[in-house]
Amino acid sequence: MLDFLTTLDRRWIFLMMALAVAIPVLTQATFPEAPTPPTRAVFKAVEDLPAGSLVLLAFDYDPGSAPELQPMATAFTRHCCLKKHKMIFLTLWPTGTPMVDQTIRDVIDGEFADLSLKYGEDYVNLGYRPGNEVTIKGVATEIRKLYNTDANGTSLDDLPLTKPVRNLFDTKLLLNVSAGYPGAKEWVQYGGTLGEIKIGVGVTGVQAPQMYPYYPDQVLGMLAALKGAAEYEAALGDRYEQYRDPKRNAAILRMGPQLFAHLLMVGLIVLGNVVHFANRRRGVA
Amino acid sequence: MSREMRLWTVLFVLGGLALLAKGTLTESGLGRLYVKPARTAEQGEVIAWTAAEPMETDARLSPARTVGLWIAAFLTLGIFSYLYRDNVLYKLAESIIVGVSAGYYFVAGFWDSIVAQLLVELAPDFTRAHFRPGFDLTRHDTDWWFVVPLVLSVFLFCKFVPGVGWLARWPLAFVVGTFAGLRLVLFLDADFVSQIRNTIMPLVVYSADGSFLVWSSLRNLGIILSVLACLTYFFFSVEHKGAIGRVSRIGIWVLMITFGASFAFTVMGRITLLTKRFEFLFVDWLRLIGG
Repeated sequence: MLDFLTTLDRRWIFLMMALAVAIPVLTQATFPEAPTPPTRAVFKAVEDLPAGSLVLLAFDYDPGSAPELQPMATAFTRHCCLKKHKMIFLTLWPTGTPMVDQTIRDVIDGEFADLSLKYGEDYVNLGYRPGNEVTIKGVATEIRKLYNTDANGTSLDDLPLTKPVRNLFDTKLLLNVSAGYPGAKEWVQYGGTLGEIKIGVGVTGVQAPQMYPYYPDQVLGMLAALKGAAEYEAALGDRYEQYRDPKRNAAILRMGPQLFAHLLMVGLIVLGNVVHFANRRRGVA
Repeated sequence: MSREMRLWTVLFVLGGLALLAKGTLTESGLGRLYVKPARTAEQGEVIAWTAAEPMETDARLSPARTVGLWIAAFLTLGIFSYLYRDNVLYKLAESIIVGVSAGYYFVAGFWDSIVAQLLVELAPDFTRAHFRPGFDLTRHDTDWWFVVPLVLSVFLFCKFVPGVGWLARWPLAFVVGTFAGLRLVLFLDADFVSQIRNTIMPLVVYSADGSFLVWSSLRNLGIILSVLACLTYFFFSVEHKGAIGRVSRIGIWVLMITFGASFAFTVMGRITLLTKRFEFLFVDWLRLIGG
């Protein structure tokens, strides 16, 4: 048995992992999610803002990280629509443009079509600007230095929503969904440092450990990886009855496969250690 | 034909038959995408389409998007095939990803940087006429300051011209100098001063009503001791022996816990990607769930 486990072809492990993920996807198994304090803090920040407050949504990610981050972007936008907040979208990633467009299409034009939110009055898409940190600093000091027009080429002065906006600090809250550089870390360093602005972030699992030191002083809250997104969806469901159906919540649906895949991983790590120490005792390794 | 080849041939034939059966014998069928008009010109001609559900009144089958869906499905399977062994399907999928990404960044760079940031400032009317018809109609004047980035950009290409290659150092010096200045102040503030400030916290925490908060106190104590232990580990001016050695060893443990958390988060991210690909295959392509 020990020899069999020592020489086990890794492709059997790939197959086990595929089954551990595929079966919950097919059965759509879901489990309850309890929001943790970092997630609750972001939710509360959006929830407690007076209706009609201006929120900046920076979506700094690409299709490669969309499975983790799109549920966060959707949940943030959904929550802002529910609270009737005004929204300004932008991205620091060239590949983030379709992510912003998709979110606007699915949430504002799709899910909340009955609200008839008007472009230019209720939300504006500033699109992408190159420059990374320089763009953030530009947004934090004088937005028109970099964003003289929106994504469609319309002057910011011609849009009622952006006309009075001078910089980042004219907004009440910054919600950043970030997959890496430039992203959440840079918004804290180059945006948050220059003035008083509440920052809530949603980040990938890879980025989460780098962002925890900023919580709760430099970022008010954080959605860490898919778990954070699922927690935010659960918080939305707790507050708004129409979002209690797990099928409306992509992150909660994806947490089922996570559970089984993690159980398999933990089992394999334990088994690997048992095999290792057993072999060492036998004098093989 | 080798035994392995025979096995794969049987598997492919069975897979093909299963697809055929799913497509012809089930109500849900296989992946098809529908569109509906999103924007219509004054003459009534549809100029933009958007995704639609099949049951919507003005929805129609989109052959182009459906082909795209099937190509995406086969490329996904091609990438998965690497888990068995490196093969031509994987190489093809990988090359397409690299090529498409490079093309996307090139096009995005041209339109978002050169056109949207430079040409609109140097020649607004020309840009409106040839590149961005909807661009701010009130803008006509040239902003001559933007000649500076234009010249610096041209200097970058001097690297390839014998004799004037040294000019390429100027834009690089500009970029390095700007970023050094920008980063120095703000990085120091956000990652040094603020982080030190965040670590200065009460060891004994009381709530507003004066009761002692055990967990908050332990949490603060843990953070402070962990930071001090890690700093001790990276303090190389003293030999790590005796008390210093023991504290630095705790620092290593703290670092190991951090790396473990990073690894766990990374695993979570990768499983999410796999979940999304399975969702795509099962829901969008094979229509096994979700109607």
